[in-house]
Amino acid sequence: MSSPENRKYTKTHEWVLLDGDVATIGVTDHAQQELGDITYLELPEEGDALTAGETFGVIESVKAASDVYSPVDGEVVERNSDAVDAPDVINSSPYDGAWLVKVKLADPSQVDTLMDAAAYDEFAGDAH
Amino acid sequence: MGDVDGSSLKRTPLYDRHVAAGARIIDFSGWEMPVQYEGILAEHRRVRTQAGLFDLGHMGQLDITGPDALPFLQYTTTNDVSKLGPGEASYGMLPNDHGGVVDDIFVYRKPEGQDGYFVVINAANVERDLARWAELKGRRPDLDVTITDLSDTLGMIAIQGPASEEIVQTLTDLDLANLPYFSLRDATIAGIPVRLGRTGYTGEDGFEIFPAIERTGALWDALMEAGKDAGLAPIGLGARDTLRLEARMPLYGQELGDDISPYEAGLGWAVKLDKGDFVGREFMAAVKAEGPGRKAVGFKTVGKSPAPRTHYDVQVDGQKVGEVTSGAFSPTLGENIGLALIDAAYAGVGKPLQIIVRGKPVEAVQVKVPFYKRSGK
Repeated sequence: MSSPENRKYTKTHEWVLLDGDVATIGVTDHAQQELGDITYLELPEEGDALTAGETFGVIESVKAASDVYSPVDGEVVERNSDAVDAPDVINSSPYDGAWLVKVKLADPSQVDTLMDAAAYDEFAGDAH
Repeated sequence: MGDVDGSSLKRTPLYDRHVAAGARIIDFSGWEMPVQYEGILAEHRRVRTQAGLFDLGHMGQLDITGPDALPFLQYTTTNDVSKLGPGEASYGMLPNDHGGVVDDIFVYRKPEGQDGYFVVINAANVERDLARWAELKGRRPDLDVTITDLSDTLGMIAIQGPASEEIVQTLTDLDLANLPYFSLRDATIAGIPVRLGRTGYTGEDGFEIFPAIERTGALWDALMEAGKDAGLAPIGLGARDTLRLEARMPLYGQELGDDISPYEAGLGWAVKLDKGDFVGREFMAAVKAEGPGRKAVGFKTVGKSPAPRTHYDVQVDGQKVGEVTSGAFSPTLGENIGLALIDAAYAGVGKPLQIIVRGKPVEAVQVKVPFYKRSGK
């Protein structure tokens, strides 16, 4: 399955959708398939600072706990508490219902350095 | 079986079927085994409500025969094998020399008309169990016994869940309604001669079936076909682990090990100190007499919280009192459950524990086990 073309992607399987200087972050369909049934989600609070390449949350499946890494530097302006309450939305709707956080970016051009959909699909295909 | 494609991982005869069914394959104790097909939660619920089929070709089997098979098993295992009638089974342990456990095992006395015992052992322990039994045989040259490793000649398939009996009954003349739990028979299923045990590792009714290894694929296909209207589907090792945890069945290497007494593990019921001498008896008797210093306890986490996992620290009032041995989100209960081996002073249903998850304490409360018990048969 091809990833949505309106976003950018990381090697750690997060996606970023940029709107002005606010980035919405989630995990990819490939990631949710690898994780399996998701049972628990831990997210930062509004106002928390995120640093590119560092973990900002944890997704647990029945089998394991996995870190989620921030693709960008910025401040959390919104967290998806619906996804925290019902984390299986990450399995059913990784690109829509299961956005994780919205982050106000210090430097929106940071997103340009990430992979586009075609590059990510090739990467995720190879990583499989 | 054996080495494949330059890798040292082994495959069961059912490997290609798992891949074709879309299974995710993992390395489990040196075997390429299916961890999940449709998803652990769905597979788990299927076994609790309908039926599931498990490839257990990685597990070990052996025959222990000869005129002294019974005294040998009495000497080398913890349970009282003399209590078994023909075709009856019991759970027990293979002890080490200082009161710990080399493996946990299932001992079936052969059915009426056959001598000896059939033993099922864990995949990860096949080599060490065989070495241990050979060593113990050397210690008792007075006992005339033959140990035959069947691990590479028998396949093993389990069918588990409430629909198991009705599915298997369509393929055999043996009257399953009158086959008690914990029994073993020779049977013909779908025309294939098998050893049929009414046993399992899920907390549900079901069967463990042992065909000749070259008939394993045909048996699997026949069971899948016979069970399709009853909801039968293949189940991976992921759900096998959550199923056995809810039923509070131990996993060797987590609840049991070389340095854990069966009495600490809560498995003292499978140690019969009064049956006569056996390996490690004096150490086990001492633990029982003094009371175990550690206890295996069941717990649930409180509220919405991350899942406990094996080796997470367990604290009380900021002080480490033990470790989680197994933990998971329970698909049946919809909450996190776990087993922990803790200082006996802190054990007790209703008493609190804190599970340290990623550096932070998660509140837990000790509960009665098993977490799940089926109703009826």
